[in-house]
Amino acid sequence: MDNLFVICELENGTIADISLELLTKGRKLADQLGCKQEALIIGHKLKGLEKEAFDYGADVVWLADDARLEHYTTLPYTSIAVELFRQEKPQVALLGATSYGRDLGPRVSSALSSGLTADCTALEIGEHTDKRAGKTYKNLLLQIRPAFGGNIIATIINPEHKPQMATVREGVMKMEKCKEPRSGEVKKVDVDKFVRPEDFVVNVIERHMEESGVNLKGAPVIISGGYGVGSKENFEMLYQFAELIGAEVGASRAAVDAGFAEHDRQIGQTGVTVRPKLYIACGISGQVQHIAGMQESAMVISVNNDQEAPINKIADYAILGNVEDVIPKMIKYYKENSK
Amino acid sequence: MKNFKIIVLAKQVPDTRNVGKDAMKEDGTVNRAVLPAIFNPEDLNALEQALRIKDKYPGSTVTLLTMGPPRAAEIIREGLYRGADNGYLLTDRAFAGSDTLATSYALSRAIMKIGDFDFILAGRQAIDGDTAQVGPQVAEKLGVPQVTYAEEIVDIKKNKAVVRRRLEKGVETVESVFPLLITVTGTAPACRPRNAKLIMKYKRATTISERQNVSEDYIFMYDDRPFLNLPEWNVGDIEAEPERLGLSGSPTKVKKVENVVFQAKEAKVLEADNQSIEWLMKELISNHTLG
Ligand SMILES: Cc1cc2nc3c(=O)[nH]c(=O)nc-3n(C[C@H](O)[C@H](O)[C@H](O)COP(=O)(O)OP(=O)(O)OC[C@H]3O[C@@H](n4cnc5c(N)ncnc54)[C@H](O)[C@@H]3O)c2cc1C
Ligand SMILES: Cc1cc2nc3c(=O)[nH]c(=O)nc-3n(C[C@H](O)[C@H](O)[C@H](O)COP(=O)(O)OP(=O)(O)OC[C@H]3O[C@@H](n4cnc5c(N)ncnc54)[C@H](O)[C@@H]3O)c2cc1C
Repeated sequence: MDNLFVICELENGTIADISLELLTKGRKLADQLGCKQEALIIGHKLKGLEKEAFDYGADVVWLADDARLEHYTTLPYTSIAVELFRQEKPQVALLGATSYGRDLGPRVSSALSSGLTADCTALEIGEHTDKRAGKTYKNLLLQIRPAFGGNIIATIINPEHKPQMATVREGVMKMEKCKEPRSGEVKKVDVDKFVRPEDFVVNVIERHMEESGVNLKGAPVIISGGYGVGSKENFEMLYQFAELIGAEVGASRAAVDAGFAEHDRQIGQTGVTVRPKLYIACGISGQVQHIAGMQESAMVISVNNDQEAPINKIADYAILGNVEDVIPKMIKYYKENSK
Repeated sequence: MKNFKIIVLAKQVPDTRNVGKDAMKEDGTVNRAVLPAIFNPEDLNALEQALRIKDKYPGSTVTLLTMGPPRAAEIIREGLYRGADNGYLLTDRAFAGSDTLATSYALSRAIMKIGDFDFILAGRQAIDGDTAQVGPQVAEKLGVPQVTYAEEIVDIKKNKAVVRRRLEKGVETVESVFPLLITVTGTAPACRPRNAKLIMKYKRATTISERQNVSEDYIFMYDDRPFLNLPEWNVGDIEAEPERLGLSGSPTKVKKVENVVFQAKEAKVLEADNQSIEWLMKELISNHTLG
């Protein structure tokens, strides 16, 4: 009762990064709330996965293991989460704001009539006073999320309903193993008790998941190109420079839309969130939706021919010039000065 | 041949895609007055999928349902211009302040009132609330399966629909029984444009509240041409429980809203000459940011 649950998503048979990010954050929140953190893993052949969940801070791991659950489909997964939550009565339940969490979360919250906050970028514990009712709520989950196309940030609470549910955007929370080795309790979900035969009316008949070769999240340096790079050919310069310095190439949505770069390189609200040591923004104006995905970079260099570009407000260095002139110079002087 | 009853959920939204400086008020709230109200973009993708079913299975009907203030009747006309058959406006002060749970409750009550359906098509996400929760919650309330992130309804078989979904890392094709709710993404084909004949036919289609301002000369038309009557429903019409609507029916509360402000830094501005760039590269190498 009254614990914090993370519904873990699987990717290629292991726990997805987003869920490890949630477990890392959930550990801190559970400590603040003085409750346990429990992980729910649904799928098939789950043996051994509990270990990873413990490493990232779970106290209890629930395994719902059944051949019929191998691929995610909405209804049986919903039944399991709903019935388990009815039984365990968590105070908080977190999911990733991925296509999985955003399909499952609302269905579960509707069945439980509990509130669900979408696509959070920060979670805190705090209190709230309802002045009209003269009531103060302690230890609430403050769920912070962008809305209105990323133009505003709202803090949402669910004072009267448990579990307080939220989906959290991928990449915004750190993923970190606990310092001390840990273990905990493994519990089996009695799948047959929770799912109904009529839950299996949707079948996956084909799946093509593309293994993306792009690893933006792990890259220490990112060279990112925007619409101002001008063409796919000009993007080649960015790849050359990136290869030279061991960086990854990112892009703004305008560059992706223009066909200069592939979609899996997009950084920002509807792309990947990154926090590299160095972010070089080339021909990117710096709209809020882009900045939302890179504002935590340790250092930002912008290359832009417009001094007034908003990106310069968050840059450490603003180079005033054309991408096509500046990048070759950077390549040249990097080569000359590094050994 | 078989024909289908399709309901399209469409929301009128402020166009948040091109928010200028004047769109944000001092206190961090949004000045809706300066943003044009539009048909939520992904709802147009959903409408197109519905119209394609109708093209393929003549005799199918496409019904729009929108909940919003009285002016949201514009959404229904917009849908009629593109080929929908009819539409309902759900409007009542009691809906104000609804979160997604209360919104989906109201929409599901209205759908029950409309009656039988084979497919409900919704947009994946609205560009103002940005939650993508209403579709799945409506499906749950109606007790029908859902397929989200749909890009195309590939085929409709005897009692099953085949739908292709677009996920972050690839595509997935699923088969589901219907009645079924499908949410459609922006990567699906764009909606067909308005049809000139349909504009002529429906441009005077109005709800009863809108008709208060119509000149006497036109009023007779609404008796002759019932399709110009856009039905408008309130809480009583959909037999909803008032405590499940609006603020009281919404578990989530907005505690605070802020304008997005980024920690502004004092950027060091460099010219693009050789000396400055060489200096910067040396700096990055010596402090181990590079290399
Ligand atoms: C709901 C929503 C979600 C969004 N999600 C994202 C997202 O995830 N990621 C994202 O990036 N955007 C996103 N956007 C889009 C975002 O609002 C901007 O439109 C986009 O980031 C602009 O990309 P850009 O800076 O490359 O292009 P522009 O805004 O066109 O800027 C181009 C810049 O290049 C400069 N320039 C031009 N030529 C040169 C040259 N030769 N050399 C140097 N500089 C030059 C110009 O001065 C300008 O500053 C989203 C928008 C919405 C509404
Ligand atoms: C700043 C802010 C933050 C919010 N955050 C949350 C939150 O985290 N959780 C929450 O539960 N509520 C939240 N709300 C409330 C939420 O925006 C409203 O309930 C809204 O009416 C529906 O949500 P949406 O716009 O996100 O729609 P979505 O769920 O994104 O809409 C998906 C689809 O459902 C259909 N649809 C949605 N609304 C209607 C309608 N009125 N009429 C017809 N079809 C419709 C459309 O097909 C649409 O494309 C927030 C509101 C604000 C102002």
